[in-house]
Parts: sequence; C-alpha cells; structure tokens
Amino acid sequence: MQQAVSSPAVAAPSRGRPMPMVAKLAYRNLFHDRLSLVVTLVGIVFSVVLIAVQFGLYIGSEVRIAAMLDQTRGDLWVIPYGTKSFDDPTFLEGQVKHPVLSTPGIASVEELVAGFVGWRRPQGGTTAALLVGSDTTTNTSLPWDIVQGSIRDLAAPSAVAVDRTYFEELGIKGIGDRAEINGTAVTVTTVTDNIRSFTTLPYVFTSLVMARTLLGTSPDLSSYAVVKVAPGHEIEDVRKALITRFAPSQAGQTPDAEILTHQEFRKRSLNRWLFETGAGAALITGAALGLIVGVVIVAQTLYSSTKDHLNEFATLRALGASAGYIIKVILMQAVLSAIIGYILGIMLSLVVIWASRNDPSLLIIMTPNLAALLFVLTVGMCVFAAVCAIFKVIRIDPAVVFSR
Amino acid sequence: MAEEPMLEAKNIVKYLGEGAAQVQALKGVNLDLMPGELTLLMGPSGSGKTTLLSILGCILSPNSGMLTLARHTATGMSPEQLADLRRQHVGFVFQSYNLVPTLTAAENIMLALDLRGAPPSEAPALAAKALQQVGLSHRAHANPSKLSGGEKQRVSIARALAGSPSVILADEPTAALDSENGKGVMALLAQVAKDASRAVLVVTHDHRTLSYADRLIRIEDGRIVGRARRRAAPKNLSSQSQPVA
Repeated sequence: MQQAVSSPAVAAPSRGRPMPMVAKLAYRNLFHDRLSLVVTLVGIVFSVVLIAVQFGLYIGSEVRIAAMLDQTRGDLWVIPYGTKSFDDPTFLEGQVKHPVLSTPGIASVEELVAGFVGWRRPQGGTTAALLVGSDTTTNTSLPWDIVQGSIRDLAAPSAVAVDRTYFEELGIKGIGDRAEINGTAVTVTTVTDNIRSFTTLPYVFTSLVMARTLLGTSPDLSSYAVVKVAPGHEIEDVRKALITRFAPSQAGQTPDAEILTHQEFRKRSLNRWLFETGAGAALITGAALGLIVGVVIVAQTLYSSTKDHLNEFATLRALGASAGYIIKVILMQAVLSAIIGYILGIMLSLVVIWASRNDPSLLIIMTPNLAALLFVLTVGMCVFAAVCAIFKVIRIDPAVVFSR
Repeated sequence: MAEEPMLEAKNIVKYLGEGAAQVQALKGVNLDLMPGELTLLMGPSGSGKTTLLSILGCILSPNSGMLTLARHTATGMSPEQLADLRRQHVGFVFQSYNLVPTLTAAENIMLALDLRGAPPSEAPALAAKALQQVGLSHRAHANPSKLSGGEKQRVSIARALAGSPSVILADEPTAALDSENGKGVMALLAQVAKDASRAVLVVTHDHRTLSYADRLIRIEDGRIVGRARRRAAPKNLSSQSQPVA
C-alpha cells in the first residue's frame, strides 16, 4: 500500500502556556465575523454608557441631596417633626439648643436656620433661594469649597455667601456685589464653587443672626440642631435621652421634634427627592432600559453567530464534545464580548463624564464601586443573552454532519 | 485465541421518522470490525449506510440490537454517555471534512485532543506528530480555506487519529476529491488500518477504493447482503505498524 509522505519538518509546539481550546475557539468564532462583532460591541457599549450615565447621575443626585448633611457630619439631627429633607425646612418649636446641651452625652450642638427667601437681583427681578444660616463663629463646615472670602467674613453685618455657578441666576458678578433678600440689602462676601442643590434653588449662606433677621423669625428659633455625641457615649443612648426630652407633655400628642441619626436623615432626604418625586425611579428605569437594549442586541447577534457556526458545533458534538463543552464555548464568546464591550464602554463613559464636567447642572459620578457593578452587570447581561444561543446549540443533532 | 472485534453490532434495527412516514432503515444488521483491518461498506443511496454509520459511531441509538465498542456496551446509554464513548473510542472522517474554519490545521487536531482530555501542554506536540504522519507538517498553520481538498481530508484523518481511538469511521472520504487525492486519502486510511489497535470502516460509493480494502460489506435496503474478504488478515498485526498518533 502507498505510504503517506512525511515531511521532516514538524510544527514546533508553541512556547509557554497555550490558550485553552475553548477560549481559542470562542475567540476565533467571535472575530471571524467582524461585522457581527461590531454590532455586538455597539450594543454592549451603548448599554454600558447608558447604564453608567444613569447610575452616575443617580450617585451625583445622592451627593447633591445629602451634601449639606454630609458636610455638617452630625451624629444626630433634631428636626421639626415630619421634615422630609434638609431642603424642606420649617422651624423647631421653641428654644432647642439649651435643652439639647443639658442632655447627658452631648459634645456639641449646632443650630441651623433654613428657609426659602426671595432674592432680588441688582438689575431687578426676583428669584427664589434657600437661605442657610449657621453660627459662623463656631461652625467651620458651612459653607465649604470656598474660593473667595472666608466663613469668618460672613460674621459681618448683611454678609452672604453664594455659589459662583449661580452668579448668572442671582444677577451678580462676584464679591462686593449687593442684592436684596426679602427686602433687606445683603453683600456678597464669600464665594463657593459648585455647591448646588438638587432642587436647583440656589443656596445662600449667612450667619445665624442674619438668617433669623432675613427670615423674620424669633432670635431663638432654629430649623435644625446638629448634635455631636461626646466620646464614650452611645449614639443610640443619647438619642433615647433626647427623645424623652422632646416628648410631648401629654400622652397621645405628636412630638414637635424628631431625633434622627445622620444616616436616617440622609436616607429620608434621598427617599424624598429620588423616589417620592420619581426622579430616581426615572434614572433607574433609564439604566434598566440600557440593560434590556444590551441584552436584546447581544442575544440577537450571539444567536446569529451561533447559527452561522452550527455546522462546527454539530461536528464538535459528533466528535464527542459534551453539552457542557459547547456551552462553555458560547459562554466564553459572551464573556469575551462583555469584556471588550465593557472596556470600550467604560472608556466612552469617562469621556462623557469628562465632557460634562463644565455643566454645573449635571453631576455624573463614576466610582470604583460603580465601575465594578457595571462590569458585573455587563458580564451578567451577556451571559443571560447567551441563553437563546445555548438552547439552540444543545439541541443540535450530531447526525447532521453526515448529510453535509 | 481468536481476535476480538473492536466493534460488534448484533441484530441492529432502526426506525426513522414517525407515524405513517416511519421507515425501517436497518433490519437486523450484524457487523463486526476487526483490529488491523480496513472494511469497506458499500451500498446504493437509501440503503441505510449513513444510518448504520451513525449507530456504529454512537451518534444514533438503535431501536433494538446490541452494539459493543471497545468492550463497552453502547446499547441503552444516554446521549451524554454515548458522546463520552465516541469521544474516547471513535474517530470520524467526513465527506465534507468538517474542519473548523476559524482554526488552523494544527488547532483542529488540538481541538480533538482537547475533547479527548489530552493535557494542553502536550497537545501542540501531538498535533504536530499527527500532521507529520499525514505528510502535512508544512501546512500546520494554514487555515482550512487555504488547504486543497486532499489536504483538508488528510487533516481530517489526522484529527480522527488524534488520541488513538479504537475505531475510525469514514463517511465517503473520497467523494469530494479528484482521483489522485482520492487514492492518496485511501492509501493513508489503509496505512492507518495497519495499526493492530484500531479498526477502520469506510462508507463509500467509489469503486476505485476497492483495492485498499481488507473486507467488503454490501448493504441494501437496510440489510447486509454480501460480505467478502479481499485479503487474509495479517498474522502478527502488532508488528505491522506503529500507532499514528
């Protein structure tokens, strides 16, 4: 019989650890049809960017809503009963500072006064603003991110601090400009950078005394009391003591004040603006839509790619590949698509975030946790999208290889 | 002591289709494949050749009868058990080669080795050796689209040999080839069949392949209608050749 002709040259084994065949097959299948790969990646990138922007806006909204609370860093907040958020201020009944200070376990208490005011621009016309007054001699946390002037400057009569991103809305150009709040003349002595409210109303900071004057309220009333617990005392114990102190005089009556921890007030504020208004739900819905679009596009292209390679999968099955082996190939294709799509998507998302940095109305924040969540979502989305392709491929009859 | 068959099919019956369209494709087929032999299975279209090949290759299960492959009883196995059995003991050569177009010649063989559980670190060397045996070392890194029909079929044979299965089943391996390449492929299969640890069955219409056969089996209408031995079985098979891969 004729002998096979052998060549002396033998293909040398590749050096190093070879790529697993499952990964190699998945990679080659994926890159075999470039157009299909491009469509898949466009779908994933679109999805990643949409989810990143929506969740980034959500985190940005959280930061803005909770900024005032996070900045003051109180352990406990004494607030008017039923207050839904910091930006929804009323006044506590009566004097609160001394009752709080006389409670055991208190390190300090800071009174804050907040209220809506009318800001009359120097050029005429009025806009609403949220006035925040704090003791500028003891408080060093409000306002923050000061770019001109100082907190101490707010101790001057009629002095206010405004944010430079609101200059146009407030009709001013910088330090020394004058305007009117509720008919009283004020002077800008301090300027902050990018302290913006979620509600879009400009914050105007001033001293406690000036705030009470401008709001026309009694000199001992305040909107909030920010409490710091003394070292060695439990926050919960101090809270119980404060609840007892502010309890109504008669049983069955509603108390005038609530005592919340920092986290409770934060959560209540976020709940108020993100969920009761539907803003957060809209952002989450946008992210969910991004996820759905991604799943649909990836599922369609992966299914199409699997159909294109059905003969090869049937051959693999005929050669004895287990269903698990073939599923691994499909899943590997999905995961490879996810990784490539994620890298491109996260890069594009960072570009979008960078491009929006000069728009004060947009605060999109990318955090390491969000980036990790996006990766998990992207891989999960692609794996979920692979289900249709897997169902198709595990039903292949390997006998078809003989009819081709 | 008598040689044990590598593959033994007893009274295989297979129905295809359902209801009124059901046909009996195989009507009690008995067949065995002996080690060191190349057996040709010939018959007209619709005679049941492909159905029999699918059953012998553990791709289809018979409705009744018994199939023993390398001392394993395949009858009654689940699809995954059958896949495991054919992965370990059967090598296929297809009419249309069925090489994975996105992998090179060497990678196609490495894929078969991977399926058979060969260590990844050894797969490149084993694939290179298999390609050398079919005379295609110089085409190891070529994609199937760059190979001629004859080269593709040689790669397909190298893939079938990878992992040293007990039985090689070839479905019309020369049908898509010209005369010269057809002869080359049959010569290669005949050489492969010299290995005493392996049996080769070739399903074919091509009468030019007759000269390579040790045995001929003719099937018609789902029944074996003729058997012939073209040459005596070698007395000392193990001394005839070395395993190809």
